[in-house]
Amino acid sequence: MAGIVVVGEVGGDGHLARISAEVATLARSLGSAAGVAVRGLVVAADPAIAAAELARYLPNVESVAAPELADHVPAQRIATEAVRVAADADYLVLGASPDGRDGAGIVSVLLGWGVLANATGVTWEDGGPVVEMSVFGGRLDTWSGFAAGKGIVTVRPNVVDATEQGSVGRVTTAAGDGRELVPTVRIVERVAESTGAAPIEEARIIVSGGRGVGGPDGFRIVEELAEALGGAVGATRAAVDAGWIPYAQQIGQTGKIVKPALYVALGISGAIQHKVGMQTAGTIVAVNRDPDAPIADFADLVVIGDLFEIVPAVVGALRARSA
Amino acid sequence: MLAKPVPDTTGQERLGPDFRVDRAASPAVVNANDDYALEAALKLRETAGEGSVTLLAMAPATAPDTLRKALAMGADSGVLVTDDALAGSDTLSTARVLAAALGKLDYDMVLAGADTSDGGTGTIGAGIAALLGLPYLSYAARIVPGGGRVRVHRISPTGFDVLDSPLPALIVATQALGEPRYPSLKGIMAARSKTIQVWSLADLGLDPATVGGATSTTRVLRTQAPPPRAATRVVRGPADAAAAELVTFLAERRLI
Repeated sequence: MAGIVVVGEVGGDGHLARISAEVATLARSLGSAAGVAVRGLVVAADPAIAAAELARYLPNVESVAAPELADHVPAQRIATEAVRVAADADYLVLGASPDGRDGAGIVSVLLGWGVLANATGVTWEDGGPVVEMSVFGGRLDTWSGFAAGKGIVTVRPNVVDATEQGSVGRVTTAAGDGRELVPTVRIVERVAESTGAAPIEEARIIVSGGRGVGGPDGFRIVEELAEALGGAVGATRAAVDAGWIPYAQQIGQTGKIVKPALYVALGISGAIQHKVGMQTAGTIVAVNRDPDAPIADFADLVVIGDLFEIVPAVVGALRARSA
Repeated sequence: MLAKPVPDTTGQERLGPDFRVDRAASPAVVNANDDYALEAALKLRETAGEGSVTLLAMAPATAPDTLRKALAMGADSGVLVTDDALAGSDTLSTARVLAAALGKLDYDMVLAGADTSDGGTGTIGAGIAALLGLPYLSYAARIVPGGGRVRVHRISPTGFDVLDSPLPALIVATQALGEPRYPSLKGIMAARSKTIQVWSLADLGLDPATVGGATSTTRVLRTQAPPPRAATRVVRGPADAAAAELVTFLAERRLI
């Protein structure tokens, strides 16, 4: 059976990662455009919950229990199973998450298949997927295909809205391939620094702070607005370098690339290194004292003024609205 | 330490007629994420008090100028794999060539940047590790070697996982490893006399028919500059009025 395989990702809580629901939705639409089957694959220490969740999006899901993933990095084992199912598939689709990228890189060389990474859109044209990507820090959009009718695609978060299919698909349990195609890597300890917040790449709304918030105390105002909007907190490299917020929240060239529906930039000048991480956001709103800051050139709306006066007023207005 | 010359993000990249980067015509710098890997490598060498840091790049023949800066930061020597047949290489071909080059080098650790600012695929490191059968440890925020093994703090959505692996291993660095140093004047002077070996595909024993642009598994079909964003609406005035306008704007766009 040729077709498309969606490699599902399982979060620390055992549930399907949101990115995988999006990838499944996208793959399903490709499958119906192409007239080919789309299957799901979930490999985890305890895959049952996530496999059942993926079956809401796909007609068939293979669930592989890999107990060793309780204390090993997942990409290597997932790659082994992906190689196995690829014998009956033409395309593998994964989320462009850290684990998805790692898995795609391993599978690519094991199969000799090419990778089109960080897709911002995928359509089906002339018998194969055409993958839209943003390169050179967002200054060029490209559309690419595979030369030999086989390939691996990783898809960025927020490219499509996850939509369940009409009926629930079938989950098949498989023993999997016990072979170790690549060396496994042991996790000796898991250290939690924050409270299990969703990855910032997946957030629909992000409120970010830059140098202009002035310090760790200034980030409270960023957090308050994020909470009022139901969004996640991001930051510029300057704020991370200053130690005001962890690196995991950094957006930009050497941090995360995000595509939320709404991006609110507080005290952020909008230098190129930050811009490349957020310029594809649906709507960009900025609050900045400097009317000549670069962000004023590419935001949809910019409020010129003191963020310490404006943001509390916005939070107040949002609360009054929802009250 | 894998270093990739990339088009300067503040400059203007040029594409050739085949939609691939005309690397000869684009001003190049070493990829920003690779600087973190280099900084980590230099710190490891300093902590150990022994060892050496070798740069490995696959790039056009003009790349030595770009690699000099990395040598000025403190890398000991460089290897540049360059061959006309490599123009238009895809990620798979790049991984194969770099893996073949690593096969000719002695190392305890291979360090790579998280991704590059041009293509940004972020899959080369994993590919090289898989080809060489090396343990692959990604998204490193901390690297502590000892007793023939290495412990790496791998960034996770909620904090970090502590990984433990035998050496040699391939490790992907992140910015969390620390700010790259600036080359000192002494370093810049010293870099002039450091060696950059240049290897061709023949030196690696690779057949040009098996790697490079001719074997590319992917092809660019078309490109387009992204559509410009709509004109910016500028709001000034008292905080309450500005806040109200901002909230109305969000409501009109159904974002709240």
